[in-house]
Amino acid sequence: MIPEIGQFALILALSLAICQGVLPLVGAHRNDAAMMQVGNTAALGQFLFVAVAFGCLTWSFLSDDFSVLYVANHSQLALPTVYKVSAVWSAHEGSLLMWILILCAWTLAVSRYSSELPQEFSARVLGVLGLLSVGFLLFALLTSNPFDRLSPPAADGADLNPLLQDPGLAIHPPLLYIGYVGFSVAFAFAIAAMLSGNLDQKWAKWTRPWTTMAWLFLTLGIMLGSWWAYYELGWGGWWFWDPVENASFMPWLIGTALIHSLAVTEKRGLFKSWTLLLAITAFSLSLLGTFLVRSGIIVSVHAFATDPTRGFFILAFLGVVIVAALALYAWRAPSLDSDVGFGLLSRETFLLLNNVLLVVAATLVLMGTLAPLIIELLNGGKISIGPPWFEVAFLVPMIPLVLLLGLGMHTAWRTQDARSWVAVLRIPAIAAVLLGVVLPLMFYGRTGLMLAVGFGAGLWIILSSLIQPLRSLRRKKGSAGITRSALGMSVAHLGMGLFVLGVTVVSAFNIESDRALTPGDTIEVGHFEFEMRELRNVEGPNYSAIEAVVEIRRDGEYLATVRPQKRQYLVQKNWMTEAGIYATWNRDLFVALGDQLGNGAWSVRVQYKPMIRFIWFGAIIMALGGLIAVSDRRYRLKAQEKSKVGRAAVESA
Amino acid sequence: MSRYLLPLVAVIGLILFLVVGLKRGDPRALPSPYIGKPAPEFELPKLKDPEQTVGSKDLSGQLALVNVWATWCVGCRAEHPFLLELEANDTIPIYGINWRDTRPEALRWIQQLGDPYVASGFDGSGRVGIDWGVYGAPETFLVSADGIVLHKHLGPLDRASWESDFLPLINGEGSMQ
Repeated sequence: MIPEIGQFALILALSLAICQGVLPLVGAHRNDAAMMQVGNTAALGQFLFVAVAFGCLTWSFLSDDFSVLYVANHSQLALPTVYKVSAVWSAHEGSLLMWILILCAWTLAVSRYSSELPQEFSARVLGVLGLLSVGFLLFALLTSNPFDRLSPPAADGADLNPLLQDPGLAIHPPLLYIGYVGFSVAFAFAIAAMLSGNLDQKWAKWTRPWTTMAWLFLTLGIMLGSWWAYYELGWGGWWFWDPVENASFMPWLIGTALIHSLAVTEKRGLFKSWTLLLAITAFSLSLLGTFLVRSGIIVSVHAFATDPTRGFFILAFLGVVIVAALALYAWRAPSLDSDVGFGLLSRETFLLLNNVLLVVAATLVLMGTLAPLIIELLNGGKISIGPPWFEVAFLVPMIPLVLLLGLGMHTAWRTQDARSWVAVLRIPAIAAVLLGVVLPLMFYGRTGLMLAVGFGAGLWIILSSLIQPLRSLRRKKGSAGITRSALGMSVAHLGMGLFVLGVTVVSAFNIESDRALTPGDTIEVGHFEFEMRELRNVEGPNYSAIEAVVEIRRDGEYLATVRPQKRQYLVQKNWMTEAGIYATWNRDLFVALGDQLGNGAWSVRVQYKPMIRFIWFGAIIMALGGLIAVSDRRYRLKAQEKSKVGRAAVESA
Repeated sequence: MSRYLLPLVAVIGLILFLVVGLKRGDPRALPSPYIGKPAPEFELPKLKDPEQTVGSKDLSGQLALVNVWATWCVGCRAEHPFLLELEANDTIPIYGINWRDTRPEALRWIQQLGDPYVASGFDGSGRVGIDWGVYGAPETFLVSADGIVLHKHLGPLDRASWESDFLPLINGEGSMQ
């Protein structure tokens, strides 16, 4: 019964989505206020019905209803309750439902916080979001119904893939989807602006906070995925250039470019058509990512159930959305070019370079991801493009990007006086170059060209992003301090600097050792000794494991004990690695069990990973910068006005 | 105008290309690399009598099912009645691989629930399971008279999948002989 209620709620949501997708657009065209108003009501109703459907699916998981095919395939009686909840979005059907729920939540947020926008504009935005929702709901109902029944019911489920039985992976998809789907708001704003043919600087101001919000969630989502891969897959790497990772990384790169180009459009009215194109591209890449992951067109470690019908459906949907958007763009964009000029040495120039480099980076990632497919179709056989290619190719746009970043931050709009520019940046630049060579020598006893470039670039970004906040702290009383959006920018760039430092140090000084150990054996890695004290059997709720007790010492002195495990999950019978990690802020010591070698010996991988935490910490700081920027007063005004309007409405009623 | 059309043209090209990519079919082409290939050779001690063995030699010359089962597996309990029914109707000989189990528990299971198998091999270490690419119990393989794997079924066997997946293959084999 409960699954049928969910199914029914989804169908009702589809009918509301059709109303939301058609009426406000027609209303905006005819200037009919009542029709435009339907968008808000329909958005609320649609959200409620999709939430009911999502609740029904969750309930089916919690009550172990194995007559629902999706539940039978992805859950099990002995599965811990928290994973029964996260199993809802562990595979294609449920994660698509979550995707729709998040789209509805974004839509609802837009309809609540759009009182500042002209009614015609917000009606068009809601209309576009409604049409997108129609596509996804049809996709779910026609090809990927999560409520399909299984008859006769299974006695027990096939269990959730053990890889996904992890707290990090439980919250990674929701964050990632909030980011992915969030770009649909920027997309809808762009389409609405092009439909009305009226694209002024206000448009950029309205779009900015939504884009930044989506971007910060995407940042956190990608960071969590990277962290999970690090401790769960047992290789100790943090980024693998897997097609699915790339699928989330391309929208991130374009989204980052979009945030920067929106700044130019808002402040100076420039780059309008370019910004529109980026807004379309960011969301299109989110759709393309969905397609790549769920159609099975590209082989990836992320095993999503694949089905050619689904592939064709998404491809058709993606084709309609992107082609329509770009056709509209080709029609409208030519009239948007502005003839405002800017000096060669100006913030506009640097933001243009930022955009070019980020787009080049995204294009390289796209090419690397699609290359195996292209070559296979040209009968070139099966090839795989691995991390070595990406690591080299990606550095080409990234090195200039991080070096220019520090300069751009301190360059004025329109034109910048070269002398004062040099005066501000001289000291941080010299400090970064010197420390970039000296610090690695001091702490790790070695330096080199790439190492100095990376370390220096990281320091350069950190130092130059501290200038403005520090000045604001030391300012005279009564003078205006730094704005939230400038502070947000500084903080996000600081995070980028920490990230660059982390990546540089861990790739230069990572030590890795694979050895066969029996209890009592010791290996030395760097200054650290790892002694395997014992091997024992451990029972978990739905797995049994072999656990090694490894004592870590530094120059003979006891530091910590870690307990890496090799788990066998009882239903699916596959083996999982749980790494034992002893982490401090500036390094990780990582122990993972490999394979049993006989005679009580195990292959053990031991790694010393200096500053690896900076990678994820840097990403969190970047996201925090986004949050600070969104809280800027310019955007907050809107919420206050909204509540004033709300109160006035209540009083008058 | 033309430069504003460029993104549109590029995207249409990309989409056409992806259509071609999809048409080529699933690159992973599961379910099993063994399908259409000779079944892996095996020889295991019999569950009921460790002195004797059961293996590839017993399978050859007849169409047979090889069923991977274990007492700890709930799905195996679910499919057990259906296997007994197949056996009672003399549909097809069923050989068992008792996988990652203990002998006393497996013997008790057969005593209590009935024995649908011509013979079960005891694979306590899971060694033969690895050769056969077993992913999780229960799994059922359909092996032809000349030792070719015709089909692999994941999870509990039931009437619906029997009729849709196994029967057409069995009838096809019968008409060929």
